[in-house]
Amino acid sequence: MKIIIQGARVIDPANKVDGRFDLLIEGTKIMAMERDISPPKDTHLINAQGKLVVPGLVDMHVHLREPGREDKETIATGCKAAVAGGVTSMACMPNTTPVNDNKSITNFIKCRAQEVNLANVYPIGAISRGSMGEELSEMAELHEEGVVAYSDDGKPVMNPLLMRRALEYAQLFHLPMISHCEDIHLSADGLVNEGLISTLTGLKGIPREAEEIMVSRDIILAKMTGGPIHIAHVSSAGSVSLIRQAKKEGIPITAEVTPHHFSLTEEMVLHFDTNTKVNPPLRTKRDVEALIEGLRDGTIDAIASDHAPHTLAEKEQEYNLAPFGIVGLETLLAVSLTNLYHTKKLDLNTLIAKLSYNPAQILKIPAGTLSIGAKADICIIDPEKKFVVIGSQFYSKGENTPFQGQKLIGTPIMTLRAGKIVFPLDDPDEAAGNFNNFSSSLR
Amino acid sequence: MFKRKDLLGIQDLQREEISTILDTAESFKEILTRPIKKVPTLRGKTVINFFHEPSTRTRISFEIAAKRLSADTINISPSTSSLIKGESLKDMAKTLEAMNPDIIVIRHSAPGAPHFLAQVAKFSVINAGDGAHEHPTQALVDLLTIKEHKGKIKGLQIAIVGDILHSRVARSNIFALGKMGAKVRLIGPPTLIPPFIEQMGVSVEPLLEKGIRDCDVIMLLRIQLERQKRVFFPSIREYARLYGLTPDKLSKAQEGVLIMHPGPINRGVEIDPRVADAPISLILDQVTNGIAVRMALLYLILGGKR
Repeated sequence: MKIIIQGARVIDPANKVDGRFDLLIEGTKIMAMERDISPPKDTHLINAQGKLVVPGLVDMHVHLREPGREDKETIATGCKAAVAGGVTSMACMPNTTPVNDNKSITNFIKCRAQEVNLANVYPIGAISRGSMGEELSEMAELHEEGVVAYSDDGKPVMNPLLMRRALEYAQLFHLPMISHCEDIHLSADGLVNEGLISTLTGLKGIPREAEEIMVSRDIILAKMTGGPIHIAHVSSAGSVSLIRQAKKEGIPITAEVTPHHFSLTEEMVLHFDTNTKVNPPLRTKRDVEALIEGLRDGTIDAIASDHAPHTLAEKEQEYNLAPFGIVGLETLLAVSLTNLYHTKKLDLNTLIAKLSYNPAQILKIPAGTLSIGAKADICIIDPEKKFVVIGSQFYSKGENTPFQGQKLIGTPIMTLRAGKIVFPLDDPDEAAGNFNNFSSSLR
Repeated sequence: MFKRKDLLGIQDLQREEISTILDTAESFKEILTRPIKKVPTLRGKTVINFFHEPSTRTRISFEIAAKRLSADTINISPSTSSLIKGESLKDMAKTLEAMNPDIIVIRHSAPGAPHFLAQVAKFSVINAGDGAHEHPTQALVDLLTIKEHKGKIKGLQIAIVGDILHSRVARSNIFALGKMGAKVRLIGPPTLIPPFIEQMGVSVEPLLEKGIRDCDVIMLLRIQLERQKRVFFPSIREYARLYGLTPDKLSKAQEGVLIMHPGPINRGVEIDPRVADAPISLILDQVTNGIAVRMALLYLILGGKR
């Protein structure tokens, strides 16, 4: 099967490409990228004039909930949501039920993702058994089964000795440790950012320092052991400064930020909407500005969604009872374009790199590039398309988005994975290339 | 003028609305001195008291207020309702809505619970205290009490003493006193003063005797030593020594100072018995005014007609 995507602005940070090119896909691979490719026989043409063509996005922080909480999300619905958001590769966190601290769960997730056959799913293994923070998980077994990193995300590894041993032991596998930085003693029962809004609402606050203290600790442990440590969902200006300094000293640290953390602030909490309840919490303008500056100067390497679907019933509760978490796969790109590109805070090349090449490099997965011979995982974007976020229309089972009702500019209009169109599809369960509808869907 | 369907907090109230409520409360006070303390104003209306947290004062106050206006009242508490079976707040609200009550008075441990109810259902909602967020009727009671004894609120210096961090009474009073032009000073151990509280327009003084020196009214808050609170201050003994209002410490305050407390009081902890029972203590006046203010609110929320 041959496909040519014609006339788009192709942005491929891996190869420092930014220009008008045609892209030729044969089978599952990218075969050529040139000014004007004259179509060979039997080639399907996709007219992408005025659109952007970028590598399929890589979301390195996603909660797929399966096994155990299929009521919130399944690997199938998570993958549908991913490709609708332009994401063709994602790393899923191990806080499933049971926790992914063994090869059976890792294997199950991989097999299930293969059956669904829409996106590439890379499991992350737990750092500690059951993510209880007491004993090391069998990291070698997890490594053999194919995890791309270790994390106890959802929770921090509170015991520094355990974190040290995990880092030392993991030197055997050269996989990053992804750290959820939160001192649970300082954050104790907190629900929102500790600040003016927590004072006004009477909702218990989580101080920034709960994150900063653990970021600081992890930086020191990374220096001590050789790391590498990847800091998940950075939310505080202080954390950005610490990471910046650590990188200056050559300490093996990388970091990610979520779209909600660089877009929203704690004022949203005033109406007690539980779709604003997330850990780490929404903070202040000063933090937002520091996070964006961190993206600009390279302190923060990646943008990741921390996609955390919950059931309607769970989120429709009193603020203190509702679980923490926001969905993000289907708004990852649109929010990034709206609040970083259209506001001229970040140029398109840098933005796309944060969403594709950089996370792929951190996880060392074959994704995030449009190199010749690479897998044809591609996202076609209409950067000017305006739309309103409607949670109930998501492919994800979760509707818990703080962007509900917001107007965004820029969205993926087609996603290809291994050379097949996986979004949009009339019937997403049929993952065969369906070219009859693509020209209309590019309107 | 008061035209709201709900009373969820003081934060969004206009000064004029507060004045209307206080004026209406004053006129209802007269009823409370009659031999037959009942008027037919809210006959046929149903008021449900949904108290998710324990309460004596506020609940009985609302119940008496409603009955004096001839409304029918019903009380729900978690232990005797299907909340104990795990029914969600949303379902409780929808179930009650289906029975068509006029007003739900809700006290709940979760900040935002009254707002949640108001969004989810058609009936009117009165916030009788939501976690550490607001206790608007208490603040209105306190305003009325101050106005009666000082003749005004504007320009007065008010101190609020105690666990401000966990206090809905403090928050509502800060909003209310601020809107009516009084100056508020918060006094308490640094661990119990919320961050950025100065941005609400108040001053903070950690030392009691220094803080009460020029005050017209001292409002005391109940201090509790629950398991978690052990981290905020070391012991009741030490708290009482530093912040308990004794006659001795009170002598540092100015002539004419008045004492208030939303209740229930801890005699010997935040308030010395001799202070609690002194003529300058308005604690029981607050209780009496509680009924008038709540009558006023029930009346105004249901249209203020008749």
